Amino acid sequence: MAEEVKTPAPPPPPEGEKKPTAEKPAAASAEPAKPAAPAKPAAPAKPAAPAKPSGPVPMPWTSPMVEKYRSQYGSGLDPLTYLGQNYLAVDRSLIPDILRLLRDEEQFDYCVDITAVHYPKREKQFDVVWILYSFPRNERVRVKTQIADGASIPSSVPIWPTANWLEREVYDMFGIRFDGHPDLKRILLPDGWKDYPLRKDYGILQQDQEWVQINLGIESGQ
Amino acid sequence: MSDRKNDSTTDVSVHSLSNLDLEAPEKTYLDSNELIINMGPQHPATHGVLRVILKLDGEKVLGTECVIGYLHRGVEKIAENRTYTMFNPYVDRMDYCAAVSNGLGYCEAVEKLMNVEAPPRAQYIRVILTELNRIASHQLWLGTHALDIGAMTPLFYTFRDREEILKIFERYCGARLTTHAFRIGGCQYETYAGFEKDVKNFLAFFAPKIDEYEALLTTNRIWLERTKNVGVISGPDCIALGVTGPVLRASGVKWDLRKAQPYANYAKFDFEIPIGTNGDTYDRYLVRMQEMRQSMRIVEQAVNGIPEGPIMGKVPKVIKPPVGEIYHSIEAPKGELGYFIVSDGSTQPYRLRVRPPSFVNLQALDLMVRGSLVADVVAVIGTIDIVLGEVDR
Repeated sequence: MAEEVKTPAPPPPPEGEKKPTAEKPAAASAEPAKPAAPAKPAAPAKPAAPAKPSGPVPMPWTSPMVEKYRSQYGSGLDPLTYLGQNYLAVDRSLIPDILRLLRDEEQFDYCVDITAVHYPKREKQFDVVWILYSFPRNERVRVKTQIADGASIPSSVPIWPTANWLEREVYDMFGIRFDGHPDLKRILLPDGWKDYPLRKDYGILQQDQEWVQINLGIESGQ
Repeated sequence: MSDRKNDSTTDVSVHSLSNLDLEAPEKTYLDSNELIINMGPQHPATHGVLRVILKLDGEKVLGTECVIGYLHRGVEKIAENRTYTMFNPYVDRMDYCAAVSNGLGYCEAVEKLMNVEAPPRAQYIRVILTELNRIASHQLWLGTHALDIGAMTPLFYTFRDREEILKIFERYCGARLTTHAFRIGGCQYETYAGFEKDVKNFLAFFAPKIDEYEALLTTNRIWLERTKNVGVISGPDCIALGVTGPVLRASGVKWDLRKAQPYANYAKFDFEIPIGTNGDTYDRYLVRMQEMRQSMRIVEQAVNGIPEGPIMGKVPKVIKPPVGEIYHSIEAPKGELGYFIVSDGSTQPYRLRVRPPSFVNLQALDLMVRGSLVADVVAVIGTIDIVLGEVDR
């Protein structure tokens, strides 16, 4: 950690993060990858050496697969790579289509996990994350989308049956509703429980006291 | 007949039964009546507190629904309120039969997020302990699974032999079950004097014991009747349902994260991935028996090749990964165990998600028991090898 002295130039990382998004609309028409490519060596060149203590930043991810989808969907899709792991930041409106394409065309046949992250200060409060794996390609990819509190998202149970319990858990913990889920109800917490514990505004000691009093017959679960 | 139906439905909470068709029309006496019974949450064959609602036609299972969450402790919420170091012991409490694997996955995920690597000696110690834990986990599975099906002797044999592994753990880190054996960046403890001898002694001791288990069961007529063609699941069904681990391999899919995406230093060791063909309970038994032998091979290579050197990498005292997110998964004894960590640059994870193999594998129970007999439900719960501490977290 001695390198921390060298930090005078950490502004590049946030800029580098924005770069791909800023360039996209201009490049969306013909070949989105090529303009991104010159930016790629430029971006790591600056932060690579001085920004080491503050960590690596997500870089644009280029691959034939990504190119194909970017020409198809343009700015709705932001392919990035971080620490060697690829992910697609996808617009909410593209969600069932992209997931279906990834399974049908790109052989991502195994949905490893579905989860969410809560950012209460953001306008669209939730990140929903799909972690996918392809047996034929031996490759992983994550798909991320942002949705607002109270908004729902199409269920991926028709794409991967395993999503059933995984989506129920996301609903249970975050209150995100999945449209078209065959049986969307709480899975780990009791059916009558109020609020969603993995939201950031739910305290670690908080409980549904009313539920505890009615169902367990004790004053408090604490 | 209709009275019987009513009696047995009384203590089933109807609101959680939307999957099952409760509105079945009343049948005449000559028709078979559908019966809904409740298995668990306190039932010796559910390996913890799992409640399975069974819809039966006589002895035949028409459908099931699992009710879980009795052991929910909010591990992911706790993680957000603890530092990375403080959270480390909590992961042992998820799959408490394979605490070492949980710790390995967590430590490696945080290391990856920080872009550091454990030194080679630590990697070897990790592999030895993790593979010993895999053997211990499979032993516990075999003993309890056989007991469920009615064979009592294997339980005594496996627990007797598992004790030797737990003794090694105890001598290494002071704990037998929730070991907390590893630290972010390596291992906290150097091996004790005689560790390598103990491990080699165990290998010599255990090799004939697996043969002993197999002599009891592999060609046993009752065992065959109870496990062959029971709980069959195909490879494509496993993949669609996200089922991993020995269950997937017994269905003929040759996939093991130790080979597919090697972590720790598994790429250095020579071992095979045993697979089955039928995807039934018997094949899963055979696959796990073979896995124990393969684990012994890995331990043998690791203990003979263990290098000298430091056991902790260059990790700061205060763990503060940079802003970012990572998904890292390992092949736990039960399947793919993954950690998805989002860091905001502070000392506590912003979000930590555990991808538990037991939880996802349990989802396949319904498919595996539909159309089979009630007694097979017990066999299938055993053969999926769930630990409720991990299902509920």
